[in-house]
Amino acid sequence: MTETTIHPGLIIAGVLAGLLTIAPGLIWLERRLLALWQDRYGPNRAGPFGVLVVLADTLKLFFKEDWIPPFADRPVFVIAPAIVAITVLMSFVIIPFAPGFIVTDFNIGILFFLAMSSMGAYSIILGGWASNNKYALLGAMRGAAQLISYEVFMGLSLMGVVLLTGSFRLQAIIEAQRDMWFVVPQFLGFVTFLIAGIAETHRLPFDIPEAESELIAGFHSEYSGMKFGLFFVGEYLGIMLISSLVVCLFFGGWLGPDFLPPIVWFIIKMFAFIFLFILLRASLPRPRYDQLMEFGWKILLPVTLLNLLVTAAIVLYQSGAEMNIKF
Amino acid sequence: MQVTFYIAAGVAILSTIMVITRFNIIHALLYLVVSFMALAVVFYIMGAPFAAALEVIVYAGAIVVLIIFVIMMLNLKSEAVAQEKKWLTPEVYVGPAILCIILLAELIYTIGVGNTVGITGQIVDVKEVGQSLYGEYILGVELSGMLLMSGIVGAYHLGRQKKKVVHRFLEKPEE
Repeated sequence: MTETTIHPGLIIAGVLAGLLTIAPGLIWLERRLLALWQDRYGPNRAGPFGVLVVLADTLKLFFKEDWIPPFADRPVFVIAPAIVAITVLMSFVIIPFAPGFIVTDFNIGILFFLAMSSMGAYSIILGGWASNNKYALLGAMRGAAQLISYEVFMGLSLMGVVLLTGSFRLQAIIEAQRDMWFVVPQFLGFVTFLIAGIAETHRLPFDIPEAESELIAGFHSEYSGMKFGLFFVGEYLGIMLISSLVVCLFFGGWLGPDFLPPIVWFIIKMFAFIFLFILLRASLPRPRYDQLMEFGWKILLPVTLLNLLVTAAIVLYQSGAEMNIKF
Repeated sequence: MQVTFYIAAGVAILSTIMVITRFNIIHALLYLVVSFMALAVVFYIMGAPFAAALEVIVYAGAIVVLIIFVIMMLNLKSEAVAQEKKWLTPEVYVGPAILCIILLAELIYTIGVGNTVGITGQIVDVKEVGQSLYGEYILGVELSGMLLMSGIVGAYHLGRQKKKVVHRFLEKPEE
């Protein structure tokens, strides 16, 4: 455990408050940026630059009728949206925002994130199943297949970084990047992790679980009010989670020139990736379901395996270990 | 740590009982997930964080999701619940219960005799797990890898079918 000068309760409160403030703010950011890239204005009426649209959106979600369909499986229907928010927020536990500014320095580190993200798949699956609606069910099935397939490469793409560092702790991983960011030696790992991360947050172009042009809204067709709001916020939290993980694993986390404090560097880098997420949404079309699966299993999986193999070979060569296999 | 262990163990037992008594299969699987997570907590408390993480990632995160996926494909609803109700009569519990009581008696006897090793709570690092897997137990790892490979090949063979072309523009000339 690292020596934290700040009280852990304060860190938890700070992280939670920060995340839950930024997540709705991303609604505005996304709409403004999409508008910018599509040569429109976007929301610009309420407040300066239309920032108050966030407030209007949130109020609307709170006061909408929270309807549970009579044909739905009630308890499961209610649990499903909570799962996504809980799992994503729990994942932030392992992220170091600045030196010592981390909720807990788990010795299993990113494995905990992988565990939580695989739990997050249940929100889509259960939400779609409990809605008892054919579009929701189709969305849930696509979601289940997509999340399971992309989880595999996600885990494998991280292992290159783990091999180079020799630790699962994110703080150790960041410290190991003082000389060179891992994006250079682990470029393939970075690309595959980013793609898997986009698929894991089911953002466009990997949003086939909701695909509004063919499945109404996919797994959350039947959701309204704050239950839909939780899915919505969960998605934005997921974007922030993947962005901050990419920053920690491949872009040196809070490391940066001294003229800015570490946390500012972290936030700048994180927002750069959030911008990338939104730019991808603005520019890429949605693939067909079978294309998505094929791309995953036939391209990404071999690439990550190759990356892992080569990294392991180089690490082994550099460590100068002798081959002594005993049976 | 003792208290957390007993709470997690209690949750594991309770949720596992719920798994076998539910009529709705998805609810049963949800309890199964809870049971896996409780087991993961037990592992963590006993000083095996890597096993705990893998328990959640592999069992709760992947295997149960796959089972749910298959069940959603079958789209079982109220008829399945009714059928399950017909099957799960009190009599079917008699056989397993007797066998479990025998096992329980054996367990109580071994604990009573007292030649058991207590939990040391020593944390087993990921590195140690890897070293023992790829050193001492390499043969087991290789064999299970081969088993999984044969499973994949078999599934591919069974699931293979000729590609149906739905549109003439998508037709490939050689197929």
